[in-house]
Amino acid sequence: MSLLQVEDMTHFFGGLRAVSGYRLSIAAGEIRGLIGPNGAGKTTIFNLITGIHTPTKGSIRLENRSLIGLRPHQIAARGLGRTFQNMLLWRHMTVLEHVKLAHYAQLKYGLAGAFFGTRLCRAEEERVEENAHRLLETFDVARFAHQNVTQLPYGVQRRVEMARAMATRPKILFLDEPTAGMTPEELVQMIGIIRQIHSEFKVAILLIEHRLKFVMELCQRIQTLVFGEVIAEGTPEEIKNNPQVIEAYLGKEEVA
Amino acid sequence: MGGSDLNQPMLKPVLIKRLRDFFAPVPALAWLAGILCAVLIEYQWGDALAVALYLPKVPPLFGATLVLKQPLLFPWAMLFVCLVYGVPIVLIGRLTAGPANRAAAALGRMPVWVSVLLHLLLLYIALHIWTETSDYRLQVAKLIMIAVMLTLSLNVINGYMGEFSCSHPGFMALGAYMASVFSLLLFKADRVFGAPVLPEAWGPYFFPLALAAGGMAAALGALVVAIPSFRTRGDYLAIISLAFMFIVKSAIENIDAIGGPRGLGGQPHWSTLPAVFAGMSLCIWIINNFVRSTLGKALNAVRDNETAAEAMTVNTRRTKMVAFLFGAFWAGVAGGFYAHEVRHVTPGGFGIQNLAEVLAMVYFGGLNSVVGSIVGAVSISFLSEILKPLLLYKWIVIPLILILVMIFRPTGLIAFRDFDPRRIVGPRR
Repeated sequence: MSLLQVEDMTHFFGGLRAVSGYRLSIAAGEIRGLIGPNGAGKTTIFNLITGIHTPTKGSIRLENRSLIGLRPHQIAARGLGRTFQNMLLWRHMTVLEHVKLAHYAQLKYGLAGAFFGTRLCRAEEERVEENAHRLLETFDVARFAHQNVTQLPYGVQRRVEMARAMATRPKILFLDEPTAGMTPEELVQMIGIIRQIHSEFKVAILLIEHRLKFVMELCQRIQTLVFGEVIAEGTPEEIKNNPQVIEAYLGKEEVA
Repeated sequence: MGGSDLNQPMLKPVLIKRLRDFFAPVPALAWLAGILCAVLIEYQWGDALAVALYLPKVPPLFGATLVLKQPLLFPWAMLFVCLVYGVPIVLIGRLTAGPANRAAAALGRMPVWVSVLLHLLLLYIALHIWTETSDYRLQVAKLIMIAVMLTLSLNVINGYMGEFSCSHPGFMALGAYMASVFSLLLFKADRVFGAPVLPEAWGPYFFPLALAAGGMAAALGALVVAIPSFRTRGDYLAIISLAFMFIVKSAIENIDAIGGPRGLGGQPHWSTLPAVFAGMSLCIWIINNFVRSTLGKALNAVRDNETAAEAMTVNTRRTKMVAFLFGAFWAGVAGGFYAHEVRHVTPGGFGIQNLAEVLAMVYFGGLNSVVGSIVGAVSISFLSEILKPLLLYKWIVIPLILILVMIFRPTGLIAFRDFDPRRIVGPRR
């Protein structure tokens, strides 16, 4: 049975059809890729599934429960974690605070607990902090725990963002261009990190990427999106040799 | 010759560093001991010393009010302050540092609230003795503490959550009127409501209830602002909240049952020094607990990036609503204290000038910081008292200072600082 099932999802921005008839079915523990040229609608698909936009038509089900109409934080709490293309870190907060805050939905104390610093609240804060430290260790950013995120190098910020996403305890993780702006060495590191997340946390991953080499290396199946429509789906090998994909990326061969 | 040139720029940092090293091992407990000594000295020999220094009386606010009124007396007032406060605080503070550190360490082994309560108690005793000397001083101290509550509550919305709300005087007015109606209706015979419902002697025990009612009224008002304005962001909340402030003002002006534009007077004098001090301490404690908890850090996430906050399971709508109502509640409580201190409130007293004052306190002291709010409230209130002889012109000076702060420290004096009571009451080194 599939973990996430998207059926026939279509979305219009005014008169523009951004996504049409999109289908997706991810099983637990799978790594999937979503590629396509700029403006193909990849991020829109992420935003539709994570609830930032509501699709005009179609169904989205996580573990057989519909996600349509839920607010983004509810969807995230159901087990759909994500990162952002431009990271969206909180600029006045430390690394540790980032990861702690992503435990928000798991907190067992309420407002009264926070106001009066009850025993439950203190115990929960301690548990969250411990958990956050563990995650920071996993992503090898523990030594930056008390630093403000804006002072950190780009690669570290990326890892902080991943740690933050993992703190929400996702069953499936959406990564929106995790290698954007990275050097080749950082890219190799990132492949290692994603493999590690996959094996350590047993999450399914859906990956948006520009760099084909990266996607080919990681993903079991890949979808290619052009103008909001999936033009090809298959294993990396199949995608690599699909003439439509080549056309979308490199353009049609002109007849001289 | 060349050597002295080289040394010149080094002199200042070295001096500051020496001073800092000299005072570094002094814990809060030792400072409090020094302050207690100083206020006791003033209480005992203040009058005699004032006469000896050609001062008409003990300078009420460290001689600061004399700057504009009687500038010739100012040097003598400064001398008085040095002798009565400066020397004892520095000497006693530094000399008792050793035993105070040991005491603080011993207290550190007990639950933290024991130590915090002890510090607060000492602070209160000092404040009590200090305010014995003049009624003016007493009232200024109380109004400053009320300003601290107001500033801190606004900082929750404008600093921690990063929205720009302008309705704080409105919330304060709601709190002041609601608490006044509560106490006048139930416990006091007055022009507007007639004979009291309950025996007057019970009154002071119900003061917390009156304040809570005031806070609730303000929170209800905040709900009215929040529902329409949180669908949009930024400037819209500023505009709507500003409108709300004026709506509250003219609504109160037009309700004759609570005095209309003439205001409501004759509140019982319940805002005593211990009551205001306890109220302020409670307010600081609760707000500080909240903003340091993960639930409260959600405010910062909403401010810095709402989309990311939602994606990380934060219920942003609830967070914003809670922060807004919470801030308004404390503004209402501050309003309740205010009404029972000045004992006559008019709708005109909660206007744009009030707003400017509290905004100045928040932005001067520092966003996203409890200490900043305390510093901002105390310093701007103080400045406001000093500049009183300038009348309306003080509203040229205070904004100027604010502009300077915005240029050199855009987020305020002590912004983005964590306030950890455990560290403050703990031993040094």
